[in-house]
Amino acid sequence: MKKKTDAAENFTTVISSEKKLFDLRLGELFRYRDLVLLLVRRDFVSKYKQTVLGPLWAVIQPLLTTVVFTVIFGSLAGLTTADSALPAAVPAFLFYMAGTVQWSYFSSVVTTTSGTFIANSHVMGKVYFPRLAVPVASSLSNMISLGIQLALFCALYLVLALTGQAQASPDAMLLLLPLVILQLMLLSLSFGVIISSLTTKYRDLAMLVGFGLQLWQYASPVAYGLRLIPERWLPFYLLNPVTPPLLLFRRAVFGVGWFHAGYYLLSWGITLLLFAIGVLLFNRIEKTFTDTV
Amino acid sequence: MTDQIMIKAENVSKEYRLGVIGGTTLREELQRLGARLRGRDDPTRKLGESALARGERFLALDGVSFAIRKGEAVGIIGHNGAGKSTLLKLITRVTAPSGGRIGLNGRVASMLEVGTGFHPELTGRENIYMNGAILGMSRSEIDDKLEQIVDFSEVRPFIDTPVKRYSSGMYVKLAFSVAAHLDSEIVIMDEVLAVGDMAFQKKCLDKMRQAATVEGRTVLYVSHNMSTIRQLCDRVIVLNKGKIVFDGGVEEGIEQYTKSSVGFQTVYDCFGRHTGYHTDEKLHIDTVSYPNKDYPSFRDAEPIELAVDYTASERLERLAFRVTVKTRENQTIGMAASPACLCAEKGKNRVLLRLNADALAPGKYCLKLVAFSMGALGANQTHDVVETACAFEKQCGGDSDKLLWNSSWWGHLMLPELTAEETDHG
Repeated sequence: MKKKTDAAENFTTVISSEKKLFDLRLGELFRYRDLVLLLVRRDFVSKYKQTVLGPLWAVIQPLLTTVVFTVIFGSLAGLTTADSALPAAVPAFLFYMAGTVQWSYFSSVVTTTSGTFIANSHVMGKVYFPRLAVPVASSLSNMISLGIQLALFCALYLVLALTGQAQASPDAMLLLLPLVILQLMLLSLSFGVIISSLTTKYRDLAMLVGFGLQLWQYASPVAYGLRLIPERWLPFYLLNPVTPPLLLFRRAVFGVGWFHAGYYLLSWGITLLLFAIGVLLFNRIEKTFTDTV
Repeated sequence: MTDQIMIKAENVSKEYRLGVIGGTTLREELQRLGARLRGRDDPTRKLGESALARGERFLALDGVSFAIRKGEAVGIIGHNGAGKSTLLKLITRVTAPSGGRIGLNGRVASMLEVGTGFHPELTGRENIYMNGAILGMSRSEIDDKLEQIVDFSEVRPFIDTPVKRYSSGMYVKLAFSVAAHLDSEIVIMDEVLAVGDMAFQKKCLDKMRQAATVEGRTVLYVSHNMSTIRQLCDRVIVLNKGKIVFDGGVEEGIEQYTKSSVGFQTVYDCFGRHTGYHTDEKLHIDTVSYPNKDYPSFRDAEPIELAVDYTASERLERLAFRVTVKTRENQTIGMAASPACLCAEKGKNRVLLRLNADALAPGKYCLKLVAFSMGALGANQTHDVVETACAFEKQCGGDSDKLLWNSSWWGHLMLPELTAEETDHG
């Protein structure tokens, strides 16, 4: 299914049963960029159609979660909000918000992309378009929500810093932030794509997604600081590929926290490995999934 | 270059696994794996089901090869399950073939169940963009064609309303319009014309005809409606059980297809199919057949000839036959009776009935057959009734009203032409 020059005739498309292991056909995806943009728009518009508050919901949800975390984990349970031995430099509210915003992006991308094949089987069973357009579009549309939430986060941060409630001093580490976002995007996309490929045959995984993500959140430093984890468990705890980018984000914006280049690079290694598995599965499934879904 | 090959299929096949496809859960799969490792029987297999049956393969397409040139309008016909839709799915790249190769020259616009790409929350206009993009159009292309699409769809007043508020007809009209305006070299349609009102159907056919003849696009059209195939195509491919059984002229192809149809026979055995409560059983209809016919299909004014073989248990005078024409849905349309002047000898007899079916609209029909005699005092004595004795098909050529006859609108009778006389006013 790629451009190929035949000896006798020039066919623009050749369809055969051959499968390429690692062939993302990004060029084709690029030709369909209008579709990706429209899908992003569709996701965004249809999500807030017939709602009174509209895109405000993108802000309300993480704000409420942050409030709940601050009250339950911060005030009631008294869990630490420090990632390192140094005392926390920002109010607990900002700390929880930093984690929640990233986690809500991660989990919503995993949730939406994991349903790619099943939720769109009625369209994909009738028309061909690059299947990758759908997960990429849902990743991008969630990126819009993430942007709105990060803007709110910055605004709150600024207010708190100006009123003297946050003594944090962000440093050059801020330059690594795009990498954090990219890593979260790749990770969530990979997980979503792996799950969506497997659910075309095994529906069990679809059951696991919502529940699994909830458990996963508690295994990641979203609602507590890294100091909560005993020293001897750290090597295992840090294998969770979501943890190092989450920690790096807080380290970069607050100026205090935990960063370890070795573990960070390891998490990138795991991310790329998962991405490769995702691509492999997706390529295997996408051509014939309509027969099994 | 008009003889450029646009679609070339070489030995294309598509295999499906029989049974429950992908209906397994992870647990079943693990159980099966575990059992295999321990060398035991598959625990998820049903009792009595052989190991072979579960993995049995089914070839939906089996070594199909053809080449279609630029500007050709090709109809694909065949019974349900012949592989028509599978072939289209392969050409539109919805699924991949199991073997062989298909070469395509240019973009493919598919109208397989149009409107599936619509999102109910979006407005008609937004969906035009959405659907166009799914079909591979770019934003600027759609911008250029938006006016044409909206005009063609006849839903302009509702274009900024979410499509979830549309009637199904509006929905389909809009979707068809998008697909029809795609600048593709190859257009694929699967029964899309089954929807929409008459005028719109005709408009779509004209548009497709124009696409092939004027714009030089290649059209692939799947339908069970032979009259639209006749109208649109200049070549047909007949598929049967995954193989091409015919590739050539339209009339020959349709002939080939209808001949292999089931349910239509030339000889019907009436044994065990007698009904009716007040029959005296003095006569038994044995078989009903269409003499001199390979297939019970009658065109235009051709009379329907029925040979009825029956056995009489005594000599019967003033015998008559009555046929009732019914639709396949068992709705009675009309009746014709023979004069009561036949005379049956004891034993086997044969009678030839000739039914004038000129007024019958194109479609598929059944006949109910009744044998009766006129009594001396004018009372009828029914001898035998066969509720559904035989089936036949009526076909019509000629003007487009006959080709596009829709019996749910116009019924089953074609009345003689209306006479019109101009008179002075007042």
